[in-house]
Amino acid sequence: MKKLISLLALTLLVLSGLTACTSTPKTIKIGLNLELTGEVSVYGVPEKKAAELAVAEINKAGGIDGKQVELVIYDNAYDTAKAVENSQKLIQEGVVAILGSATSAPTMAIGPVALESEVLTITPSGTNAKVTMNGDVVNPFVFRACFIDPFQGLVLANFASDNLSAKKAVVMGSNSSDYAKDLASIFTTQFTANGGEVLSDVFYYADSDTDFSAQLTSIAALGEFDVLFVADYAARAGLIINQARATAGLETVAIVGPDGFESPDLNDLAGGASNVNNVYFSTHFSTIVDNAKVTSFIAAYTASAGEAPSALSALAYDAMYMLFAAIDAAGTDPVKVRDAMKATTGFEGVTGTISFDALNNPVKSAIVVQLTNGEQTNAVIVNP
Amino acid sequence: MKNLLNKKNLVSLVLLVIIFFVFDYLIKARILTPYYRTVLYWMGIYIILSLGLNIIIGITGQLSLGHAGFMSIGAYSAAVVLASNPTITGLFIGMGVGIVLTMIVSFIVAMPTLRLKGDYLAIATLGVGEIIRIVILNMTITNGASGISNIKMLMSWPLLFGFVVLTIFLTNNFKQSAIGRACIAIKEDEIAAEAMGINTTKYKVMAFMFGAVLASVAGSLFATTYYVVKPETFGVNTSINILIIVVFGGMGSLSGSIISTIFIGFVNMALQPYAEMRLISYALVLIIVMIFRPQGLMGAKEVALNVLPDFKSFFRKKEKSS
Amino acid sequence: MTQFIQQLINGLSIGSVYALIALGYTMVYGIIKLINFAHGDIFMFGAYVGMVAITTFKLNFFAALIVAMAVTALFGVIIERVAYKPLRKSSKTAALITAIGVSFLIQNGTQLIMGANIYAFPQIIANQYFDVYGVRINLLQLVIFFTSIILMFILQFIVKKTKLGRAMRSVAVDKDASVLMGVNVDNTITITFAIGSALAAAAGIMVGLYYIKIYPFMGFAPGLKAFVAAVFGGIGIIPGAMIGGFAIGLIETLVAGYGSTLYKDAVVYGILILILIVKPSGLLGKNVKEKV
Repeated sequence: MKKLISLLALTLLVLSGLTACTSTPKTIKIGLNLELTGEVSVYGVPEKKAAELAVAEINKAGGIDGKQVELVIYDNAYDTAKAVENSQKLIQEGVVAILGSATSAPTMAIGPVALESEVLTITPSGTNAKVTMNGDVVNPFVFRACFIDPFQGLVLANFASDNLSAKKAVVMGSNSSDYAKDLASIFTTQFTANGGEVLSDVFYYADSDTDFSAQLTSIAALGEFDVLFVADYAARAGLIINQARATAGLETVAIVGPDGFESPDLNDLAGGASNVNNVYFSTHFSTIVDNAKVTSFIAAYTASAGEAPSALSALAYDAMYMLFAAIDAAGTDPVKVRDAMKATTGFEGVTGTISFDALNNPVKSAIVVQLTNGEQTNAVIVNP
Repeated sequence: MKNLLNKKNLVSLVLLVIIFFVFDYLIKARILTPYYRTVLYWMGIYIILSLGLNIIIGITGQLSLGHAGFMSIGAYSAAVVLASNPTITGLFIGMGVGIVLTMIVSFIVAMPTLRLKGDYLAIATLGVGEIIRIVILNMTITNGASGISNIKMLMSWPLLFGFVVLTIFLTNNFKQSAIGRACIAIKEDEIAAEAMGINTTKYKVMAFMFGAVLASVAGSLFATTYYVVKPETFGVNTSINILIIVVFGGMGSLSGSIISTIFIGFVNMALQPYAEMRLISYALVLIIVMIFRPQGLMGAKEVALNVLPDFKSFFRKKEKSS
Repeated sequence: MTQFIQQLINGLSIGSVYALIALGYTMVYGIIKLINFAHGDIFMFGAYVGMVAITTFKLNFFAALIVAMAVTALFGVIIERVAYKPLRKSSKTAALITAIGVSFLIQNGTQLIMGANIYAFPQIIANQYFDVYGVRINLLQLVIFFTSIILMFILQFIVKKTKLGRAMRSVAVDKDASVLMGVNVDNTITITFAIGSALAAAAGIMVGLYYIKIYPFMGFAPGLKAFVAAVFGGIGIIPGAMIGGFAIGLIETLVAGYGSTLYKDAVVYGILILILIVKPSGLLGKNVKEKV
């Protein structure tokens, strides 16, 4: 009998929860479904700050169609199950579109929900090629603001061959993400196609590793080479730079990496700026690219967030403004918003000029930045 | 068999039917939105997980920290089979594959490690869970770190309801069977149990495998509910989360696990915006419960679990024949 | 050959860290038979305290080390008094579950206060290196190695030669008898926690200096491996923790250098299970258990 009572109580609780969520249609709601805690919160948090900046700006300018924009923010903690629940909850609360997630795995969990409920989601920085796919076909309700991993791998391999005149390379990467694996394999293929030689297989390690000395010692024993390609984020890339610079034979070798290198902590993790020499990475956005839009974004973001913007905040900022443009054109019906989003052409953002291809990926250029003593000293724009 | 059709069992059957149709109606009428539906699925899956762990920890007294590892075996088996056969049959095949694999792995694990006492066992199973995770991380069929995405969503209320009821029924009968009582004896005093002629290793292994299989089934259901499986989902933290539910509900109390899962499901929902505070309060609950009420919310007592049909004889017969 | 020797040096330096953490595990286990699951997190706590001492309070290396060890020792004592002491009479399972709760609490508490992001430990000792016959040795590697050796000898001295050590050993053998012999059991246990936690803090600072990256969940893997090290050498035995730490460090490095990094953790956990089955008393363990 008590079980029955408890179940009835459960039913009542659920029902009472339902009545609590009626929304006021005076504002336009946009949902954020980001990694705000946990190991990858370093990517989610700047994106949240950039989204808040964009919303503050648009509201100050009178909103969209006279309506104020309101953010509904949920943390998925890099947990795919949470990401699913969050997006269902956001849709239930009547958001027009969702921004999220910062990394690929949660975004792939949001994708089917977006498709089912016909509310678009845009990931600022989920670079995995499969993010916008639903099996073999495109998922019409998932977009992204960044270029994809295969493109990045090509750009970096060509950069190593052409700009660094590299002939021999060694590839390292984390085995814990598609990001690293895709980049490692595409870099290897393209570098070989360019006439270069990749020594040995990819040196894979685990995300939780902090000691790379065993692998670096083995790498140094392979003999001379020109480029060490590290397919990973700054959290480990910084440590690898530090430990490589302390390994006999690897003190000065060029280290090349993807957009994951970009982090305010890279120099500290590398044991000081003096270790960060002859390091190159590709990115979506560089503060040293001269552009009025970029300059004003840097000023506004630094003022509101209390730190300099990174590629992540820039991408989220662009994603928000693309959403604003789509909502401005189509109103607040989520399906019409998605059609307007798809039709985006020549959107001028801080990370370049964006149009969407057939697979909802932006067609845009990449930037390869050189670090000398930890400072960005040179930026080469590579077009698709 | 005639004692199955007594008044008590009939009442419970009617109750189950009512519960089933009430929720069925709520979902069909879209009163339960997709979000609340997912919360309901979460509760169902975690009821299965916590009941399985309670069999190992609460009934048999063996502290296992590898539960998420077995869950991942079921989840990945279902995900792999569903990729080529995205139907309900595929789900059941995947679940079956998961169960078989889990039985093999848990047997291999259980035979040596269950000889260990208390805390050593906990660390050993923690190691096993990590090894399973690392193996999955490095296999091709599991698609390594990024896991498997685009898993066909086949979860539905009837499916969930069926598995939850089946689990409650099986665990309840396990507890009340001769095996269950042997396990409880082992928990209370292993040496005394052995002296009474109970083959402690055999029963510990049986309980461990039973709990692991339930985890695997829950894993399969998890995979088809959340579209994506990746290795991190099944780390130590997940094992500890299940442990928290079991400890909170009361080690040894199956109904305690059920109530505690539902309760924590609601707390999760309410504390959604405060992720860090939630984890901290769970940790505090774990410590405070252990200090002031180590037996948990319910102790080893049961509430109204006998509303379920009672097939005690089923296990007893099996015991005699074996 | 040079490469092999280089790998041995790499292994010994990570092994020293495991050894330092393992010492704390072993002492606590030796005296109250509790696997202090939160020990890895105490190590993390020590690293954070060290970082704050250096960056916020501008202390130099030795001052920061001492402050971190003292603060962490106090922290360990608080944990023992609040969480573990009430459970001294409870089952081992209850105590272990509490320890898991404490571990969870420290991790998430740190995350709440310091944020989930990674911190770079301030590099106050410039890393220099010496090339000896083609083999490269870092200054920090030497510091870590000798710190752990020296601390082990000090500990061994305390346990074997001092009055406090005798008290520890007697509590380990029989609490009730110790009380009758005039030993203050509570204080002895508290001091054991303090020493173990201080050593973990030292390890935390070493790791901060050498590996730079610190974050709230950094204690889990080293903590678990240090536990394996303690079991490997014979839990409860101080030189055993040391030998175990070096052995695990070397095995891990050799697997990473000559096999695959991907399986090095799996190999370590596999070793744990193997030892527990084959010789649960560990390498130096004897039938008559020698404790603390």
